[in-house]
Amino acid sequence: MRVPAVEGWFSLDESDPRLLGNKCTSCGTVFFPKASIACRNPSCAGTEFEGVQLSNRGRVWSYTTNHYAPPAPYVSSDPFEPYSVAAVELADEKLVVLGQIDGDSADLRVGAEVELVLSTLFTDDEGDHVVWKWKVVR
Amino acid sequence: MGVGEVAVLGVGMHPWGKWGQNFVEYGVVAARSALADAGLDWTDIPFVSGADTMRNGYPGYVSAATFAQALGWQGAQVSSAYAACASGATAIDVARNRILAGLCDVALVVGADTTPKGFFGPQGGDRPDDPDWLRFRLLGATNPTYFAFYARRRMEVFGATDADFAKVKVKNARHGLSNPNARYRKEVTEEEVLASPMVADPLRLLEICATSDGAAAMVLSSMEFARRRGAGDPVRVAAVSTVTPRFPNTIIEMPNFATDSAAAVGPPELTFRDSIAAEAYEQAGIGPDDLDVAEVYDLSSALELDWYENIGLCKPGEAEKLLHDGDTTIGGRIPVNPSGGLSCFGEAVPAQALAQVCELVWQLRGQASGRQVEGARVGLTANQGLFGHGSSVIVKK
Repeated sequence: MRVPAVEGWFSLDESDPRLLGNKCTSCGTVFFPKASIACRNPSCAGTEFEGVQLSNRGRVWSYTTNHYAPPAPYVSSDPFEPYSVAAVELADEKLVVLGQIDGDSADLRVGAEVELVLSTLFTDDEGDHVVWKWKVVR
Repeated sequence: MGVGEVAVLGVGMHPWGKWGQNFVEYGVVAARSALADAGLDWTDIPFVSGADTMRNGYPGYVSAATFAQALGWQGAQVSSAYAACASGATAIDVARNRILAGLCDVALVVGADTTPKGFFGPQGGDRPDDPDWLRFRLLGATNPTYFAFYARRRMEVFGATDADFAKVKVKNARHGLSNPNARYRKEVTEEEVLASPMVADPLRLLEICATSDGAAAMVLSSMEFARRRGAGDPVRVAAVSTVTPRFPNTIIEMPNFATDSAAAVGPPELTFRDSIAAEAYEQAGIGPDDLDVAEVYDLSSALELDWYENIGLCKPGEAEKLLHDGDTTIGGRIPVNPSGGLSCFGEAVPAQALAQVCELVWQLRGQASGRQVEGARVGLTANQGLFGHGSSVIVKK
């Protein structure tokens, strides 16, 4: 069974997965993760939001590969395998959003184009815990 | 005397290390040391400002009362503050403001921590509403992950190299060699830095600050109190900046998953890190050219280079040149991290911003034996705490 590793942050649509943000109906500022209390633009008093799907492609702003197992609550593979995390710039939304890199990171470069995919973060008795990742477009 | 200045009557530390004792013990040692330096008794202190630790249970959340109790209840008023790595600056600010308001004439500021081995993790339990918990859970985004983003970005935008980053470590290791409060007092070569294990590409083990136990304390007073005590020309605190970011903050920061969007409102004139020192300069009525020495938060070797630019020592992209020219080495134009920095200390979170100021006080008094910046009269600290806490203190002689 596939379960999202966090509720409501991304769609589980395998063919076109998207990060789920929202947008202030007063000033148009986009938020990810979703804003829920009030618009965080200090010049806007908005409290209403509409859901938006974020762009599923972006360009790498920066990245790293972690060579040591992080502390809990991260569930590391056994044996531990290094993993890459990227900060990805979305042009339309004008924001940078993080995500692990799915698969091979050999082509990972600043400026590289990446696309959003769903991938298993870890597996336990509940099933496969799924999260969004970025995949380098070749 | 400038408007709104307070005197630093005493400073003290418990050496940084991995001692495995209760944080209160370190805090008491630092507090007694600062009191002795000020020539005051604990019972002379009407106000204690504590910098909290999140890793040591309830006593850490009420640090000022914890230290007051450990030193012996004597009725002092207390305030305990948490601002992550910036907690020490916030604690200084509380004490300063209370003195400037005339509510007390002297105050003790204390921060201490006992840290776990290895990476800092989030608070325990299952807490999917806490971004600090979620970034570990969903991304494995450790603190060095974020440091590495900045380092990689610096390589991409300014052409910085692994060798540049290693040279920062070599410099700081040399600076800290004879600092009795530093945890690591060993010279390293560029080759040794570059041969140390890769942690978060491009940052290696010797380029990322460790987590340490340690404590720092200060005794602050009104200028009038200092004069009455015969402290004719004390080091003064001329500015304390505790600014938060301005929307939209377009640089990714711990523990966030994303930056603010700049789609509806354009980015502010200054980045958050630039704004931290800018506020301090404004309060003190000086600029970067007036500095003789600086202590900046070198969580990684690469980040120290960013700070050169953030505090205005040079233009963006020129930090490597400043380093190579020896400007930021003791003996150079504007020495940075003469204490050895986090590189030699490791991070004892609530004590760290205080420790930066203690170092500058010793520098301005001419007491920084073996690492003295000759003739230093003005110094600045810069630091940034998780969740949007800026921290910068200017001290003058």
